Amino acid sequence: MGYSKPSSGLTLKPDKQPGFRPWLPYQQNAPCCEPVPHIQANGLGVTYQGSPALQNVTLNINRGCLTAIVGPSGCGKTSFLMCVNRLTDLIPSCQVSGALRINEMDVLASTTQVLNLRRMVGMIFQKPTVFPFSIRKNLELPLREYGITDHSTLSQRIETVFTQVGLWNEVKDRLNHPAQALSGGQQQRLCLARALVLSPKILLLDEPCSALDPLSSGVVEDLIVSLRGQYTILIVTHNLAQARRIADDVAFFWPLNGVGHLIEHGTAQDIFESPKDQLTAAYIAGTRG
Amino acid sequence: MKPQPNSLQEFGSTALVWGTAGLVTLTFLWLLGDILAHGLPQLSWTFVFASPENAGREGGIGSILVSTGLIIGVCMAVALPIALGTAIFLAEYFRYDWVLGRVLRGSLDVLAGVPSIVFGLFGNAVFCYALGLGFSILSGGLTLACMVLPLLIRTTEESFRMIPVEHRLSAAALGLSKPTTILSVLLPSAIPGLLVGFILSLGRALAETAALIFTSGYVDRMPDSFLDSGRALSVHIYDLAMNVAGGNPNAYATAVILVSLLLLANLFSLWIAERWATPNRLPA
Repeated sequence: MGYSKPSSGLTLKPDKQPGFRPWLPYQQNAPCCEPVPHIQANGLGVTYQGSPALQNVTLNINRGCLTAIVGPSGCGKTSFLMCVNRLTDLIPSCQVSGALRINEMDVLASTTQVLNLRRMVGMIFQKPTVFPFSIRKNLELPLREYGITDHSTLSQRIETVFTQVGLWNEVKDRLNHPAQALSGGQQQRLCLARALVLSPKILLLDEPCSALDPLSSGVVEDLIVSLRGQYTILIVTHNLAQARRIADDVAFFWPLNGVGHLIEHGTAQDIFESPKDQLTAAYIAGTRG
Repeated sequence: MKPQPNSLQEFGSTALVWGTAGLVTLTFLWLLGDILAHGLPQLSWTFVFASPENAGREGGIGSILVSTGLIIGVCMAVALPIALGTAIFLAEYFRYDWVLGRVLRGSLDVLAGVPSIVFGLFGNAVFCYALGLGFSILSGGLTLACMVLPLLIRTTEESFRMIPVEHRLSAAALGLSKPTTILSVLLPSAIPGLLVGFILSLGRALAETAALIFTSGYVDRMPDSFLDSGRALSVHIYDLAMNVAGGNPNAYATAVILVSLLLLANLFSLWIAERWATPNRLPA
């Protein structure tokens, strides 16, 4: 098999497996993030219909870093992501408390221009959400809404982001075809391109690979890795191996009495090799969660 | 030990299920066969295009078809925008459990169950007399619009609610405003459901008699304007069968045309539902 069984669950370093993507140990990741906080959450809490889903989350997310948010279902990972671009506004009876800042901007303030905030923060979801019209129009829609109507600018921006997500050669001859005709992995890359087309600073990825087949999942994962450094990336994942492969930092969430809490936050190396909290250690080792 | 099925019970239930299904199908086939057997011999292109003569015993249904088309046109031109607006309001600006939304939805359901003759009386009182439109194609179309609105609104609202919530979330995450989201993202997704609702309502309007007798009237000549009285297909059948001695053959022939139109509308809506509801199967 060419797969050397690791001595313990905590120092998993498989060799190259035949037919499998090259494993990227996190130690080899080029240091691309600055230790400058880009997103600062302070005592952040989320309640749905009065019952808390996430409580007292305080963490700093560094600029340009790829931060993985891991933890079991129902621990408030997605709720946390949705606070960053205020998608929580769309959910009736959802209340957010505490403080959340992006640079100097108070995200939760009522005076914040939500549409501008969302153009600065791109997001993609577990299921690819292409809109039911052509591939080109999927990308043109946010640009036109942003006020870009010049044809050559539109075409140029579209080509740039499609090249960035490695989709240009696959779609350049059928930009006017319905986007739903693309495969699942292509659709997810289209969604990523659509999020990138407004040149955001922050990317929120909510389990972007979990609805894809292994091959497409690998392509999308490589793509996310290639964006490291250019964007501050927050990725929610259930896949610990994926977090280990790609993350610079890891935030571990766990539900205590049904309410999500941040248990531990640190560099991927610290979390995976010397977790401070017993829960983290148990989750990483696979004995809990 | 597996319980052995009682063979008599087994046979009985199978026979019952097949029997009821067969009864329903047979009734429909009998009806269709009867109409076709009596109506097909009368059918010809002249019948379709010529005007009725001798109170409809002779001649064709050309003017009736034109009147029907105009009535349906008025009905849909009025009902469609109102239904679309109300449905968007109900589905996108209202939480499903809000009181006003529930009241609106409940009253629409009651309206949908109101007998069409009541709509006819209402249209007669409001459009023909109160608004002074008289017995006219306009009155008939407006009355039909009132009648199909509940169905059209509910199907349109349903097609908006069927859109996955992720579409709304990702539109919002792209910084799209609510009007843009509704017009550019949700409306294209809702179009298949909307068309199906439209065609179902069209079928209902096409088949309507009671609501039209009091509003668009009986006159069977070619209408000159929307304010002229015009006779719809179903009213023509009713009149030939009930009031005109010797009108039965042409009543049957008209029924063939009406049933064919209804079948075509239903097939078309099925085709749309099949083709548009599964866009993933479109060729790449």
